[in-house]
Amino acid sequence: MSIIKTEHLTHIYSQGTPYERAALRDFNIEIEEGEFAGIIGHTGSGKSTFIQHLNGLLPPTEGKVYIDGEDLWADKKDLRRFRFKVGLVFQYPEYQLFGETVAADVAFGPTNMGLPPEEVEKRVRESLRFVGLSEDMMEKSPFELSGGQKRRVAIAGVLAMDPKVLILDEPTAGLDPRGRDTILGEIREYHEERKNTVLLVSHSMEDIAQYAKKVLVIAEGRPAMYDTVESIFGRVEELTAMGLAVPQISRVFAGLRAAGCPVPENIYTVEGAAAAILTAVKGGAAR
Amino acid sequence: MIRDITIGQYFPGQSAIHRMDPRTKIILSILYIVMLFVADNMWGLLLGVLFGFAAYLISRIPVSMIWKSMRPVVPIVIFTAVLNLFLSTGDPLWQWKFLKITKEGIETAVFMSVRILCLIAGTSLLTYTTSPIALTDGIERLLSPLKKIKLPVHELAMMMTIALRFIPTLIEETDKIMSAQKARGADLESGGVMQRAKALLPILIPLFVSAFRRADELALAMECRCYHGGEGRTRMKQMHLSGRDVVSGVITAAVFAGVILLNKYVNFLPTIW
Repeated sequence: MSIIKTEHLTHIYSQGTPYERAALRDFNIEIEEGEFAGIIGHTGSGKSTFIQHLNGLLPPTEGKVYIDGEDLWADKKDLRRFRFKVGLVFQYPEYQLFGETVAADVAFGPTNMGLPPEEVEKRVRESLRFVGLSEDMMEKSPFELSGGQKRRVAIAGVLAMDPKVLILDEPTAGLDPRGRDTILGEIREYHEERKNTVLLVSHSMEDIAQYAKKVLVIAEGRPAMYDTVESIFGRVEELTAMGLAVPQISRVFAGLRAAGCPVPENIYTVEGAAAAILTAVKGGAAR
Repeated sequence: MIRDITIGQYFPGQSAIHRMDPRTKIILSILYIVMLFVADNMWGLLLGVLFGFAAYLISRIPVSMIWKSMRPVVPIVIFTAVLNLFLSTGDPLWQWKFLKITKEGIETAVFMSVRILCLIAGTSLLTYTTSPIALTDGIERLLSPLKKIKLPVHELAMMMTIALRFIPTLIEETDKIMSAQKARGADLESGGVMQRAKALLPILIPLFVSAFRRADELALAMECRCYHGGEGRTRMKQMHLSGRDVVSGVITAAVFAGVILLNKYVNFLPTIW
């Protein structure tokens, strides 16, 4: 069964005013449980609006959202339950830290869930371990940490709720390359251990290619494509026409193929590229 | 949503009132308020009301906006009207224990209500037709004589400009922080007063932190561009008094004179009946 399903989801901002603007139009998508999907799309394509519908932060103007087969808006009072099921990490989440200590901030979510203190404590430790923060950080004030550490505390705050679906909106924006790789690596590790569903919004095609298994392309408020990473990044022309980039290495390989080199189409990571070039070179030498 | 709150409710336009010098508009608005309180009979007040209404028509601000500006003060108006109605001294028309309604009471209640509503509508017209920046510029120029007594007029105006500029930014920020804490299950809607106040902490703390961070960054950016206060500073937009300002000033003065005349000579109809 699909964990996320939307039916004719439409969202119109400021309806009934001169500023009316449709952000999502007849958005239908099904995402399977245990998927690691990247979400790409132009600024203003509706990515953020879409992910805010998945935990009920925005009410649909029309259409339905189903999480785990349940209608999100069936009972308004029941909405909080879905917030714990679908964990959402916003852009620049470090600006939302407020706790006196790192541990207190991470404990905010699980405490709101009404878990017993021992369980909260356990989850705080686990999630901090996942994001690679040591135990002696727990009693520090989140405001004395570095930017990258703050970001990890904020992500840990959502991980601590142990959501079935984890959504991250550009979790690596503004981080240095090493910080980016660590955070994405930790998220993948978490995904592999917990077998949960992860949606990763990113502008970096390289990150998506390296970490996600599927890609959802959103354009003009609609899902334009949803497929495996291989087939999406194989469609270089279509993506370029939408104003989206493909991973740099895919572009290089598209160029190589156009120049007549016998290289495969489904190359989108540097590792894959190295292997493909080696085979091509060896194949050439054998001939 | 929190974004629907309008502050600094400027309505861009090209009417004669929009194009007036902000200094003239501020002075005439003050004059209008004085006019409303000088008028002490029905005809004078009616003239004031009509004058305000005419100004709205010239500005081409939708008439519905007059009501929108008045709505928040309606409770205050009702409160003062009720106090005036029951607590004025004079001939009782109706009495029950210590409560009595007098002719004078009804009169003051009606007069005060009309005055307060006109006052709000009049000053709203100023903010509807003047951008916040023009408004603070105008205030700065009008207060500039006070520099002689070492009042930091430019700095005060700059503070006002910055405050106005950051209201939308901070509203947006609040919205974001609220969404993020709700995503972690923060419950802002239920519970008693104490519980709700406590639930606000996860929103207020990040908001303050971010406001301080922004202030710091802005100060640095201003210093990088050699900002050093108002001393010797010139303006990109010079304010000019034009014929339009003279005409509107003359008209307002004439209406003011009319109100005084009506006060003096039309006293054969001293009350509202």
